Amino acid sequence: MSGTFVGMPAFPVAARASTRDAVLRANLARATHTIRHKREQAVGELADWEALRAAGAAIKDRTLRHLDHYLLQAEQQVTAAGGIVHWARDGEQANRIAADLIHATGQREVVKIKSMATQEIGLNEALAAAGITAYETDLAELIVQLGGDRPSHLLVPAIHRNRTEIRQIFREQMGAWGRPAPQDLTDDPAALAEAARVHLREKFLRAQVAVCGANFLIAETGTLAIFESEGNGRMCLTLPHTLIAIVGIEKLIPTWRDLEVFSQLLPRSSTAERMNPYTSFITGTTHGDGPQAFHLILLDNGRTHALADPIGRQALRCIRCSACLNVCPVYERAGGHAYGSAYPGPIGAILTPQLRGLTSALDASLPYASSLCGACYQACPVAIDIPQVLIHLRAQATTRPGHRAERAAMRATRWLMLRPKPFAAAARLTARTRRLHPTRLPGPAAAWSATRALPRAPEQTFRDWWAKNHTPPAPRDTTTPTPRHDTRQQQEGA
Amino acid sequence: MRVALFVTCVNDLAFPQAGIATVTLLERLGVEVEFPAAQTCCGQMHYNTGYPDEARPLAEKFARDFAGYDAVVAPSGSCAAFAEHIHPELAPSAVGGTPPVYELTAFLTDVLRVEDVGAYFPHRVVYHPTCHSSRLLGLGERPLRLLRAVEGLELAELPGADECCGFGGTFAVKNPDVSTAMGRDKLAHAVEAGAQFLTAVDNSCLMHLGGLARRVGEQLTTIHLAEILASSTRSGSGR
Repeated sequence: MSGTFVGMPAFPVAARASTRDAVLRANLARATHTIRHKREQAVGELADWEALRAAGAAIKDRTLRHLDHYLLQAEQQVTAAGGIVHWARDGEQANRIAADLIHATGQREVVKIKSMATQEIGLNEALAAAGITAYETDLAELIVQLGGDRPSHLLVPAIHRNRTEIRQIFREQMGAWGRPAPQDLTDDPAALAEAARVHLREKFLRAQVAVCGANFLIAETGTLAIFESEGNGRMCLTLPHTLIAIVGIEKLIPTWRDLEVFSQLLPRSSTAERMNPYTSFITGTTHGDGPQAFHLILLDNGRTHALADPIGRQALRCIRCSACLNVCPVYERAGGHAYGSAYPGPIGAILTPQLRGLTSALDASLPYASSLCGACYQACPVAIDIPQVLIHLRAQATTRPGHRAERAAMRATRWLMLRPKPFAAAARLTARTRRLHPTRLPGPAAAWSATRALPRAPEQTFRDWWAKNHTPPAPRDTTTPTPRHDTRQQQEGA
Repeated sequence: MRVALFVTCVNDLAFPQAGIATVTLLERLGVEVEFPAAQTCCGQMHYNTGYPDEARPLAEKFARDFAGYDAVVAPSGSCAAFAEHIHPELAPSAVGGTPPVYELTAFLTDVLRVEDVGAYFPHRVVYHPTCHSSRLLGLGERPLRLLRAVEGLELAELPGADECCGFGGTFAVKNPDVSTAMGRDKLAHAVEAGAQFLTAVDNSCLMHLGGLARRVGEQLTTIHLAEILASSTRSGSGR
């Protein structure tokens, strides 16, 4: 299986396979429901959650409004602290800058901290093409990398795998990447973690270059904030000589004070913890301590395009917590791979089409990958109104080719619904011909009747019933006798 | 108070019994309800599918059709939410004078201030809180309070009640596999609860769930909440 998402089919096609994969469905249902309930508890502990949420949204919105200012401030501060700032318009530029920086060190391998930005731009594949091996050190990313797989969740990229599958991947693949897994490896979580620990320890001790992302970039001091659970990030940030950070420009926050809000929002929404186990801060370089060379690559890759859209830009508030994935009933059934990018779930459905445009069949199908149930908006710690953005993107998608028949149908129904008399006549005709109605529908409507019986057409429409049973509205001050109605006679399915 | 019924296009065409039950119930409670015959559709399907320009004239028409009333009552959480929340931003100039649009159960509990509507329905029932009625309108416990007051009705708890049923308007045909998977899980939960009836305040969701149930021969009947509330001891024994 390829490690990238190029050439993915449209969402409904990819999702169909997932809905029929019983193991995947069970893995996802178990994992998402567990995190879902833990998050509810962690969030429920804070009486001021809604205020924190509003503050998080406000800080992000303000930062995005003055992004030009904060970006230059961050560049100035990082440079003053001994770091070097690079600007990348797109993923290709960022990948090239990273590869050149690594080549300049004379190294052929790097260790990596889990990073969504590097997944987004396909850094590992680009580095491989440049003769550099990138080793993922986050446990779940390691499982994905060893399995030749793709991540399917923001926080838990191997959420689609169960313990038995992980054991098999470790036993079969670890040896090809470094220290092999013990032959008697069991699927006990502690044993699996230990095998990964021993395998990764070699990498940490050998690596001279590390690549990281960032959860936040604090503009006032040029500091990277990295929130993690396993300690592998701390290893990567402290042991290697050279550190290369690839950070999306929307990761900026103005001050350390602002971090107070996000350090509460993120762990509780993400891992359902009050505080994550490891939080690291890196500001440039310090002589004799930690990395002696620090490069920051600031990545646009479609972000300014999203920023230009007054409704779509709220997607840039995202702090990648994955709460929206864990509550999403569509994600739970479709799985992360169906979304065809590093960003699955509801946030991916609004972020990917804005970063990449609506040109491919897959990206154009993403705004429709939602029932608009609103569970994501409710869970989002920075109050991104995902349903609103989905509908907004749908309105853009329908102006593109491939919507002609649908647009014609929408126009026709709108025409009819603006004209009560033809509407009533059409409705009456539908009721009168009820015995002729098919049980399966043709064309696009076949997708309805393939799994669902059609509602039985009633003998009369409501408006016909009303016309027969109610005299036209009399002057309001007269009392008309209340007619008796038998509501039971035409119940559906009776 | 001049009260207009917005029956919704789905109920008008496919589920008139929900509209009839709404009228029956409101009249039993002493509300003289009117049906402005020019009404058709709120435009939600057009808007949510990505055709705001087709939805806008329908929002404007809605404002014209219901101007002058004190309240509009709709037996649908989804359509009421659309009219209340989206119409003002979709057609701001037209919607200014539109009366408040109430979903039926909110009208009963908040305006009429009743919970026991004198209904009789001797069956085991689960209530599915449809997404727009719960997340957009915030109906919360209102429908449950009404159901608990129904004589003879045994209200069972629906596991995973707050999860979407998978209807989602055109989502049901654009993503039929995921939609079906979600709906079947919802049905399984209702069956697990031992329910004879699954009720909700939106017939669009019930059309999806009822269709799925009938296609596989499931012994579970979907019924609009208005029909349960309109089933009175006077008119017999329910079903």
